[in-house]
Amino acid sequence: MVPISWYLALSAVLFAIGVTGVLVRRNLIVIFMAIELMLNAVNLSFVALARQLGSVDGQVVVFFVMVVAAAEAAVGLAIIIAAFRSRPTVFADEFTLLKG
Amino acid sequence: MHEAQLIPFPTLWLIPALPLAGFLLALLCGNARGLVKAAAPLLVGASFAVALAAVLALVRAEPGARLVDDVFTWIGAGPFRADVRFRIDALSAVMTLIVTGVGFLIHVYSVGYMAHDESLPRFFAYLNLFMFAMLLLVLADNLLLLFVGWEGVGLCSYLLIGFWYEEDENASAGKKAFIVNRVGDLGFVLGLFLLAWGTASDGRLSLDIAHVEAHVPALGAGTATAVALLLLVGATGKSAQLPLYVWLPDAMAGPTPVSALIHAATMVTAGIYMIARLHAVFLASPLALEVVAVIGALTALFAATIALVQNDIKRVLAYSTVSQLGFMVLALGVGAFATAIFHVTTHAFFKALLFLGAGSVIHGMSGEQDIRRMGGLRARMPVTWWTFLVGTLAIAGAPGFAGFFSKDEILWHTWASGHHALWGVGALTATLTAFYMFRLLFVTFTGELRAGHEVAHHVHESPPVMTLPLVVLAVLSLAGGWIGLPEGWLWGPAFGRFLAPVTGHPHLGAHAPGVEGALMLATTLLAAGGAAVAYLFYVRRPELPARLATRLGGIYRLLVGKYWVDELYDALVVQPYVRLSNALWRVVDQGMIDGAVNGAAAAVTLNGELWRHVQSGNVQHYALVFLGGALVVLSYYLLR
Repeated sequence: MVPISWYLALSAVLFAIGVTGVLVRRNLIVIFMAIELMLNAVNLSFVALARQLGSVDGQVVVFFVMVVAAAEAAVGLAIIIAAFRSRPTVFADEFTLLKG
Repeated sequence: MHEAQLIPFPTLWLIPALPLAGFLLALLCGNARGLVKAAAPLLVGASFAVALAAVLALVRAEPGARLVDDVFTWIGAGPFRADVRFRIDALSAVMTLIVTGVGFLIHVYSVGYMAHDESLPRFFAYLNLFMFAMLLLVLADNLLLLFVGWEGVGLCSYLLIGFWYEEDENASAGKKAFIVNRVGDLGFVLGLFLLAWGTASDGRLSLDIAHVEAHVPALGAGTATAVALLLLVGATGKSAQLPLYVWLPDAMAGPTPVSALIHAATMVTAGIYMIARLHAVFLASPLALEVVAVIGALTALFAATIALVQNDIKRVLAYSTVSQLGFMVLALGVGAFATAIFHVTTHAFFKALLFLGAGSVIHGMSGEQDIRRMGGLRARMPVTWWTFLVGTLAIAGAPGFAGFFSKDEILWHTWASGHHALWGVGALTATLTAFYMFRLLFVTFTGELRAGHEVAHHVHESPPVMTLPLVVLAVLSLAGGWIGLPEGWLWGPAFGRFLAPVTGHPHLGAHAPGVEGALMLATTLLAAGGAAVAYLFYVRRPELPARLATRLGGIYRLLVGKYWVDELYDALVVQPYVRLSNALWRVVDQGMIDGAVNGAAAAVTLNGELWRHVQSGNVQHYALVFLGGALVVLSYYLLR
């Protein structure tokens, strides 16, 4: 059996990749995908721990996360499209209206 | 002190309330000129009638009794208590009759004098408010209430001096009067505090006149002197004595009836009244009394010398008022309190007469006030001439006239109390008084009219509403002195006997009719001499004064310049104060206060400028900072 630490390590690596993606990439679509990656990294650790502890609580939470992620994808894509309409680009650097 | 008999007289409050009603009426119905014009004198006349009824009741009561009217408790705070209670004893009876009586005549006169003025309702509103405040002052049974009246008359004086405020000069004169009086009032109020503190007993703190009088012995000698001197400062302000007299000559900027009522007959005597009212305090301090006498005598002489050379008809009368007030203060200083009040009374008659006469002249001369452009008015304004002559004779001390008896009583008391030098000053002043008053009379009324053609054409006698008060006052100036004859003549000093329960008897040595008669003869001859010199100078040999002025150039310029006291005060007080204010404005106000406010704003701006770069608008920066924060919190929990 694969030890729990492997799952958690993979989850951490995926999460770190997601964070890095959010921070360094400038394309809104890619940032969006990186966020999805972070969510799924967390899902992975939930599932792994649920199995390890013999409880279904973690699995239930994962379903919630997936529902929220689906909703977020819908809203987020809508926002990106709206932003694209106002300014024909998907580069985050262009959206700096709140600059002080 | 024996317990005085108190007689309740529940209508006393009407005496000040009636003029107050007139004030409110003029305030609310200012558009109804006719109504205001009729109501203002009538209400003051009604007030006079009530006062007369009260005084008759007082005369019928036993000597030493007083009428009281408890209106309401004004302040009750711990051990301190002050009531609004009015009293009429002999002293306030005399003052009330003067204020309402002379006030009534002057109100009647004003109806004629101010007839053409647009602001007539405002004038009567102020005048009625003044009557209210002055009556509050003289009727108050409590020094705190007296102080309210004291400040009230000051306010009205300010308002009326600056009545024609379109002219900058008039407004400045009003301010000057108000500010100089503030100096005196500060002394007065400090004196009251000290007096209340010094006379506190049984845990009771009160400024009731009876309470204060009863506890004067509890004041130490030092405290009594301090209180008396502080009160004297108040009196020098209100009654225009050295060194605070400077506001009164300038106060002539107001309408002439105001000069007559406020700046000659009533308000300026408030200081005299106050000292007479609190004479117990002054008697407790011989030093303070001595200071009072010296200030009075010096003021009398000082103002009389300035009056010798002034050319503005009202200004001569103003300096003569300062001089006469000096006589009253001198009388107070030698302990002759009743005599001072006697002179207040006669002075109210003849000085109001002279001022109203001057007003009649100014009215007839289309506003001209310079006596060098008058002359020969005797034929054109006969009533004014005759009444002015009576007033001049009265103030100069011609035998039988009002001023003769009161002035001689003052000089006699001065001599009899051992102040022989001050008697000399007083006699000299009386001589100068006769000279400058007859100078004024001759230059104004005799000789040729020196006005321009336009003015000369218009010269006319004033209407009856103005001349009638003149005649009444002339009769009073002629006969008013007979209420206080010297000791041993006919009925003697009836006036002094009436006041004695309040003011006490002055402590004179053995009565010496011979000395008194001799002194009286001496001062009368001196005054006649002064008048004769004036006749010589201004009727017989009109070229003499000019030659004398060139001969004595230095002294003449000193007198015309009024000893340059105004300039001195300007240099010593006003200019340093202006400079201090300027420095405070620029350094403290603009530098420190504005600087602190502006500095706070600048600091916030700077801070914002610094931190606004944090707000890059780039969401990824925020996310990075967020991550850093999360890592810090996480590592805290992991590593601790």
